[in-house]
Amino acid sequence: MQPLKTDIRKKGKDPWSKELKKSWPLYVLCIPALVCVLIFAYGPMVGLVMAFQDYKPWLGISGSAWIGWDNFARIFQYKEATQAITNTLIIAVIKIVVGIVVPIIMAILLSEIRNMGIKKSIQTLVYLPHFLSWVTVAGIMIDLLGLDGGINHMLTQVFGIQPVYFLGDPVLFRPTVIISDLWKNFGFGMIVYLAVITGIDPSYYEAAEIDGASRWQQIRHVTLPSMLPMIIVIATLSLGNILDAGFDQIFNLYNPLVYSTGDIIDTYVYRSSLLNGQYGFGTAVGLFKSGISFVLIVISYRIAYKVANYKIF
Amino acid sequence: MYHKSKGYKIFSFFNYICLILIALSCFLPMLHLLAQSLSSKSAINGNLVSFWPVDFNMDAYAKTFRNTNFTGSMQISVFRTVLGTLISMFVITTAGYALSKDFRGRNVLMWIFIFTMLFSGGLIPSYILVTKLGFKDTIWSLVLPGAFGAYNLILIMNFFKTIPKALEEAAFIDGASFFVIFRKIYLPLSLPGLATVGLFIMVGHWNAWFDGILYMSSTENYPLASFLQTVVVQGSAQSMALSQSEAAALSEQSIKAAQIFISTLPIILVYPFLQKYFVKGIVLGAVKE
Repeated sequence: MQPLKTDIRKKGKDPWSKELKKSWPLYVLCIPALVCVLIFAYGPMVGLVMAFQDYKPWLGISGSAWIGWDNFARIFQYKEATQAITNTLIIAVIKIVVGIVVPIIMAILLSEIRNMGIKKSIQTLVYLPHFLSWVTVAGIMIDLLGLDGGINHMLTQVFGIQPVYFLGDPVLFRPTVIISDLWKNFGFGMIVYLAVITGIDPSYYEAAEIDGASRWQQIRHVTLPSMLPMIIVIATLSLGNILDAGFDQIFNLYNPLVYSTGDIIDTYVYRSSLLNGQYGFGTAVGLFKSGISFVLIVISYRIAYKVANYKIF
Repeated sequence: MYHKSKGYKIFSFFNYICLILIALSCFLPMLHLLAQSLSSKSAINGNLVSFWPVDFNMDAYAKTFRNTNFTGSMQISVFRTVLGTLISMFVITTAGYALSKDFRGRNVLMWIFIFTMLFSGGLIPSYILVTKLGFKDTIWSLVLPGAFGAYNLILIMNFFKTIPKALEEAAFIDGASFFVIFRKIYLPLSLPGLATVGLFIMVGHWNAWFDGILYMSSTENYPLASFLQTVVVQGSAQSMALSQSEAAALSEQSIKAAQIFISTLPIILVYPFLQKYFVKGIVLGAVKE
């Protein structure tokens, strides 16, 4: 019998000419995406050479002077730059830890809700903030956390405390950022854990119950171990995000008063390059970040694959 | 057994209370915004508005819709969202269909796409590229650079892979080409998947604010989210700096609230549909069998 046209799974067997004749439509279908990616994802990578130049917009990449690693050396000389790197690490690490622990706890607590109507309503409400843009959330935050905003109004009226300047105090800025990020995203992070809990075979719980396990013991010895592979995958994968502290959020919430604790790499790149015209330096900081992130992502994917057999596709 | 224990009952009670309060906290800020937008200036200035309008009036909305900057930005946002979603969906579904098949060089292509998730040229080179291409101040700067997304490609690919191969084989025997199969079998059958990804892309476009600020040199060309950024965030930064004008800025609070609320309305309206699908989408993206 003639092999079917679709039977093209034996890789590397057919010569290119035959393969092209058979699956040329598939190559054609890839062209739009390939063009997009080559221009808008790989195109800017060519521009990364600016990191090694004293880039002047009017001279362009071909005309600007080469200065080797000077821009990178400057990253460690400028106090603002090292400060931004430190801030990024601190904010991102706390966000990652809190952003994993809280959704796990919330998923477990939510799975204890037996009333399906209430459970569904809670779910619907907690996912909602994730779909609001940071501009919207910042608008709400600025209003609520301002000196005469709702929170301060409550603090002064009910507790008699002096108004607190949440977004203008270097000490309070980080907790504010972390809590608002948590508020926006914990519901969304919860989805996967909830799916895992729903997927646990009920007979485990029945067996545990016959053995006299309390609910707490069931959570400790059945629920948590069942969630562990997913927790490990998500924790390892977030290693790659350790230099992403959330540009959208910080940019919309920060101000010069809190640069010392709130300025992150991405906001610093924006200010130093697009606002102050140091294109080469800004690109160098960006490349520094992308380079380290890339290494971390590759490592984290490797670990996730080794530990939990996770594949990207 | 544990259901009946006294300890569990107490836990359960507090669990309900706690989770309901947390859930409300996710929704009340929006309600507060709505109440502010429908309240009078004096009520807002007196901090009297919580979750219910005081001195109900629609002035803020009337004023907002008379503001040509606002309505213009809204038109740009609608246009951008429709055009951007169509382009993105075209790019992603075509490639997603092809890559859900096995053919020579597929893995190389896949890695070319995946690599964009791992490494990028960064802000400045992208900005210069878009400028060099002459897209500055045009809608193309908003819809083309982000048209392709590797994560969405993977989602779509996985949806396509769930369609039985036998359907395709039968179509081949009937003489259909890959293009016909893609259009007549894969697209209609994966509509829920396409809806999920499509809604994600739509929300992304509607909410995007930074590219507008970056690529539009005139605020008249700002999409709604960028316009709001200037009003809500930059506006408040100015009023923070000038404490004297704070009172004046505050009286604008109900207009600000109205603007934020209107801009969020489309999200809240598509949210029920979004929610129906996205849980499946996320789990599919995160859990691999």
